[in-house]
Amino acid sequence: MRYSAFSLLAQALTGNRFAKPAWREPEPKPHYDVIIVGGGGHGLASAYYLAKEHGITNVAVLEKDHIGSGNVGRNTTIIRSNYLLEENNPFYEKSLQLWEGLEQDFNFNAMVSQRGVLMLCHSDGQRDAYARRGNAMRLHGVDAELLDRQGVREMVPYLDFDNARFPIYGGLLQRRGGTVRHDAVAWGYARGADSRGVDVIQNCEVKGIRIEHGIVKGVETSRGFIGCNKLGLAAAGHSSHVAKMAGLSLPIESHVLQAFVSEGIKPMIDNVVIFGVGHFYVSQSDKGGLVFGGDLDAYNSYARRGNLPMVEHVMEAGVSMIPALGRVRVLRAWGGIMDMTMDGSPIIGKTHIPNLYLNAGWCYGGFKATPASGFCFAHTIARDQPHELNAAFRLDRFRRGYPIDEAGRGATPNLH
Amino acid sequence: MLLPCPYCGPRSSEEFTYLGDASVKRPSPKAAFEKWHEFVHERRNPMGLIREFWQHTGGCRAWLVCERNTVTHEVFNMVPARSATPPGKVKA
Repeated sequence: MRYSAFSLLAQALTGNRFAKPAWREPEPKPHYDVIIVGGGGHGLASAYYLAKEHGITNVAVLEKDHIGSGNVGRNTTIIRSNYLLEENNPFYEKSLQLWEGLEQDFNFNAMVSQRGVLMLCHSDGQRDAYARRGNAMRLHGVDAELLDRQGVREMVPYLDFDNARFPIYGGLLQRRGGTVRHDAVAWGYARGADSRGVDVIQNCEVKGIRIEHGIVKGVETSRGFIGCNKLGLAAAGHSSHVAKMAGLSLPIESHVLQAFVSEGIKPMIDNVVIFGVGHFYVSQSDKGGLVFGGDLDAYNSYARRGNLPMVEHVMEAGVSMIPALGRVRVLRAWGGIMDMTMDGSPIIGKTHIPNLYLNAGWCYGGFKATPASGFCFAHTIARDQPHELNAAFRLDRFRRGYPIDEAGRGATPNLH
Repeated sequence: MLLPCPYCGPRSSEEFTYLGDASVKRPSPKAAFEKWHEFVHERRNPMGLIREFWQHTGGCRAWLVCERNTVTHEVFNMVPARSATPPGKVKA
């Protein structure tokens, strides 16, 4: 069924008695043209674009839990394309453009809200770095505005401008950035892929990858063996674990990143504000809760929960930036597992096995990349060669000496 | 998470700085390029037991090797890095 104002009205007047599930729950077939491991945002988007852009519909997405249970439902929902490096910027800008047309494209309300993303700077050096980044963005045709202190004050007056340690000097604003309802992204892509014939198979954990004569034949799962012509891995958070089944050793460590939501309060923060010191980024959901996150816990972890020192650090950073937050109560906290790569940039590309493709290493920037990641991964699988936007994100860039190190920190996964 | 420093006793993890997997072995300067690539970039990233380097930067400043479960955050032991089994001889 196509969703529209008319269908909404018809459903409402009939008490939803004729509502149908948004996607099927199919039994796995013995063989598919393409199997995608991982029913997160990226896996579902990949299947969606395989079907829509390349006409490959005999596709299965295998998810060990239910869709939306992983990182696509655990992030702080921010979208932006304010990247410095020329390998990153066009890719993330493509993603932002896809976000802008996404709801019409997959006929699902993902509540894309371009409310503006503001990054604060707290020193002359940081302002220079933001000017450079803003210029790099504009050279790629991306919107960027460098605000001075007064410009920031007019936009977000509630910040602590005269903080003794971190006074606010200005900020880099991307007005087209914003937030998206993250669960709806998973549901919208699942529904869009399903309606084009893709099997979204939940509660189906991949236990092994069957390789014969150097070619992937299929995957061993908790629901039996499923054969395939091409296999795509999109299991970020657990990429090392899944890739090991194919004998791949990745330049990735898994780390836990925590996020938080406060009790609902009256409208206060009507855009996304990012603190320029430490790590703190906040927006306000439509329900009124403040959604915010911080930095990694910084040690290897596959546990979807973090520890208290980082909780304390995030709260301190938040109150330093917005003193009025001091009396807001935190409602919930959770963690997600990040694939942290050695250069802080993702991997989308081919592997040493001809019919095995890898989508991994999203660090903590995976959500905003969801549409472009799926778009490029589908292209890479269907055409057996990368799209020009993901050509630089190859796995062998580390061996060949071409890291894409946005932060300039070297091979230190927990610092990216 | 409490880490049992062999010199200071159980201390909160915020006093420590993390380096990473202790099973990574630095190759000799004459080693093949491939060995250096593996040392700098590739990680086992185990789901379960890991042996890893921490430094007690907010305490005795000693370099330590910790055995920990990456799924449960359970900490089994922590010994001075000097007396830990050298990497390469460990089956983790």
